[in-house]
Amino acid sequence: MEGQSVEELLAKAERDEAEKLQRITVHKELELEFDLGNLLASDRNPPTGLRHAGPTQEAELRALARDNTQLLINQLWQLPTDRVEEALVARLPEPTTRLPREKPVPRPRPLTRWQQFARLKGIRPKKKTNLVWDEGTGQWRRRWGYQRARDDTKEWLIEVPGNADPMEDQFAKRIQAKKERVAKNELNRLRNLARAHKMQLPSAAGMHPTGHQSKEELGRAMLVAKVSTASVGRFQERLPKEKAPRGSGKKRKFQPLFGDFAAEKKSQLEMLRIMNSKKPQLDVTRATNKQMREEDQEEAAKRRKMSQKGKRKGGRQGPGGKRKGGPPSQGGKRKGGLGGKMNSGRPGLSGKRKGGQHQGGKRRK
Amino acid sequence: MDALYRVVKPKTKRAKRFLEKREPKLSENIKNAMLIKGGNASSTVTQVLRDVYALKKPYGVLYKKKNITRPFEDQASLEFFSKKSDCSLFMFGFHNKKRPNNLVIGRMYDYHVLDMIEVGIEKFVSLKDIKNSKCPEGTKPMLIFAGDDFDVTEDYRRLKSLLIDFFRGPTVSNVHLAGLEYVLHFTALNGKIYFRSYKLLLKKSGCRTPLIELEEMGPSLDLVLRRTHLASDDLYKLSLKMPKALKPKKKNVSHDTFGTTYGRIHMQKQDLSKLQTRKMKGLKKRPAERKAGASLVAQWLRVRLPMQGNRVCAPVREDPACRGAAGPISEMSTT
Repeated sequence: MEGQSVEELLAKAERDEAEKLQRITVHKELELEFDLGNLLASDRNPPTGLRHAGPTQEAELRALARDNTQLLINQLWQLPTDRVEEALVARLPEPTTRLPREKPVPRPRPLTRWQQFARLKGIRPKKKTNLVWDEGTGQWRRRWGYQRARDDTKEWLIEVPGNADPMEDQFAKRIQAKKERVAKNELNRLRNLARAHKMQLPSAAGMHPTGHQSKEELGRAMLVAKVSTASVGRFQERLPKEKAPRGSGKKRKFQPLFGDFAAEKKSQLEMLRIMNSKKPQLDVTRATNKQMREEDQEEAAKRRKMSQKGKRKGGRQGPGGKRKGGPPSQGGKRKGGLGGKMNSGRPGLSGKRKGGQHQGGKRRK
Repeated sequence: MDALYRVVKPKTKRAKRFLEKREPKLSENIKNAMLIKGGNASSTVTQVLRDVYALKKPYGVLYKKKNITRPFEDQASLEFFSKKSDCSLFMFGFHNKKRPNNLVIGRMYDYHVLDMIEVGIEKFVSLKDIKNSKCPEGTKPMLIFAGDDFDVTEDYRRLKSLLIDFFRGPTVSNVHLAGLEYVLHFTALNGKIYFRSYKLLLKKSGCRTPLIELEEMGPSLDLVLRRTHLASDDLYKLSLKMPKALKPKKKNVSHDTFGTTYGRIHMQKQDLSKLQTRKMKGLKKRPAERKAGASLVAQWLRVRLPMQGNRVCAPVREDPACRGAAGPISEMSTT
């Protein structure tokens, strides 16, 4: 009798457990995908129930949300927990969804000159105290900065050293020395910064050996070194099994043979049209360059004639300055009359000048 | 222009801390969101922005004035705002006849627009329209995406990623289980996206995991997808790039500068006597020895004893008085 009741009790307990579990279990066709690090769940099941429910969507949406939330909570409750100050805290795993960063990955900064030197010599930073005892004032003062302990420039008495000029102002000399040190420090800081920014260019990598270069960088550096001879690498010997470097010339891009038929047809028809037209097509840049060159030659011829006659006006310098691209400092040095002449030149037309013209301009001076 | 900013040396510690907070880091700060009103913003749109600001506090900035820009045409002013307030997420709301109640949700990479998705608001129920208690601000929400549409098209996938980014809040390693208070549920159905937020009620169930009941709490929106401006694939890939330091490390593998990979194997201690070297018949254990388990010395003696009378060099002996002796000091012969 007792045995039976015990069995009955056990069976009843099991049934109760199953019932309770039923309340929190949700049946889904496709399992949800969980990203517990982000407290995220994705349900891939197509929402068929919702599609049928027309106006009563809210209740359906809520039921769907309840089911999905129940599943997510079930997952969260299975995580390992700690007890922190009477609160049950679950340890979340790392988030698995990859989301884009907001800023690019920080590039490693190159070492400053001092850091390189220290690394080479094996110098480690020594831990120093913040405050130093200052004898003069009888106080603890900071090591550097405002009201520092041993301030060179604040002494009230300086002995004139034996080999110095007695009329020299030693106080001013000290202040000057401090200013120079500060300026030098600032210059070095800016130089380090400039080097840091230059280092960001990947193409320049490998030209400054650091010892931590990759295979590609070393290869590139080797190729550049090979070509940096007087004969541009023509007579450089190669190692017995070394292959000739391919693809180091200028890259030209050609259209594929069987590419865009429409584009090819269009370009061919355009070419035919240009050839057939009676009017010559004008390439504006080349035309203006030609025009400018002719005008320069005329002026050069005129100037030679004028200089032969012995007349020399300041205005001669004008076109030469403009040809150089009008650097502002040179423009400033010109006399006032040239400003007008420069403006009357070719505003807004750049055009490439041949080197010969430059020479011509210089020779004229 | 960036170089110019960096050359400016901060003169106070506070300025230095400010600049350090904004520079790129290995593990980043929590993304801030800026909520901006456009030239013509209807009351719906304004209320939506205010509600989203309430959800995103304290990681959000609500701009009070109207800004007359068009995000899809010119992104310069958005980028300027993002640089000034250091926000990488934004929501821009405006209204016109062609696009009523428009909302542009977007994110930035390196202060340039990465993705922008324009959605129209069809139905909106605000926080203040639903009269019940709300959860404290700054709680981390749970996010649930339902519907197979979210994986079908690229637009929807990016939208899902954008919504996760926008609403997820700070990344934490521990979470107080009783403090999980609200859940944001996105359903994609028939080309619309239903955004609902519910407050969580944990009821007793028989076992450890509680039974969930939901109560509608917060803003509920019905959204329609309009235009999109998505980043190109390589820019998106670049933005997803994780720094090497954060990648899960592989132990016992190293690389050298020539590109060779070295691995390290850890072996257990080997019993060298059982090591199989070249077969030397003389050293083979006789059956008797194997049975008796003869030691190495006994085997050596067995081999050497027949060579009686031969001169055998003793092993080098250590003599404390000896200094720098080249060879063995004495010779012994076995008897």
